[in-house]
Amino acid sequence: MAFATFSEFLAMGGHGPYVWASWAVTAALLGGIVLHARSERRHLLRHLQRRARRERRLAGGQATVSHQRGGHNDDT
Amino acid sequence: MWAFIHKLGSPKWFYAISARLQPWFWAAAALLLLVGSVWGLAFAPADYQQGNSFRIIYVHVPAAFLAQSIFVSMALAGLVFMVWKIKVADMAAAMMAPLGAAMTFIALFSGAVWGVPTWGTWWMWDARLTSMLILLFLYFGVIALRGAFASRDSASRAASVLAMVGVINIPIIKYSVDWWYTLHQPATFTVTSRPTMPVEMWLPLLIMVLGFYSFFIALTLMRTRSEILRRESTKRWVRDLAAEER
Repeated sequence: MAFATFSEFLAMGGHGPYVWASWAVTAALLGGIVLHARSERRHLLRHLQRRARRERRLAGGQATVSHQRGGHNDDT
Repeated sequence: MWAFIHKLGSPKWFYAISARLQPWFWAAAALLLLVGSVWGLAFAPADYQQGNSFRIIYVHVPAAFLAQSIFVSMALAGLVFMVWKIKVADMAAAMMAPLGAAMTFIALFSGAVWGVPTWGTWWMWDARLTSMLILLFLYFGVIALRGAFASRDSASRAASVLAMVGVINIPIIKYSVDWWYTLHQPATFTVTSRPTMPVEMWLPLLIMVLGFYSFFIALTLMRTRSEILRRESTKRWVRDLAAEER
């Protein structure tokens, strides 16, 4: 251990602001990049699944589709 | 060999193999970055000249290595795309560019912050600093070029060409500290000689460098898979797969 106390660790021998600014920017960017990649993948999969459901509905025969349309009209 | 290259170039095959590789690289990245950070920040001894400000090296050097390696990878992927028309290579190249720009930014930012207590200035038109700034603009150029074409194929080809031409900058960055010795110190690590730092200083640095490389590989695998879903969304296997995957 290069530091005796936690406050000494935070102070970094007077260089705290420089060390922590560099590390914080790095950590924030790496973390943000991971979060972005995860939401990108989730978003794409959701989009593909929604489209697959819509296509199944459309392929499910004219009867189902017209029934749904009819129902929709009754509501409005 | 050719069969292997063509298999590797098939998005479907890449999607399957990368799913198996990905967790290992994420685990390696998390472990290496955690160990390297704790070691570098709290356990490595302070530098006898720079005190504790030298701990910036543990993010500065890995980011700078990666910034250059990503550009070279992007240029190679561009070459593979141009010569063999392998689409996966172009998708990977497209996904690498923003990470490369982020790494270049980290290297420049941490270098500027480090310069204040060490050099007394945050910026100077030193050859290393300038060539790294040019690298950042090359990344921006590649990203912008991809968005500037209506046709995907034209955009891919333009971005590949810019990456292959821009790679000229990489040896300039590497040798800038030897050719114009002004402000930035020469390389910390070289393949041919032993590090001038004590082992308890350079070992955590090596761990951080490996952690950054694992992060790059893991992220590129993950985002290339997303790009496959995006570009191949009309293919039958992508439709089938989207129904199953979470």
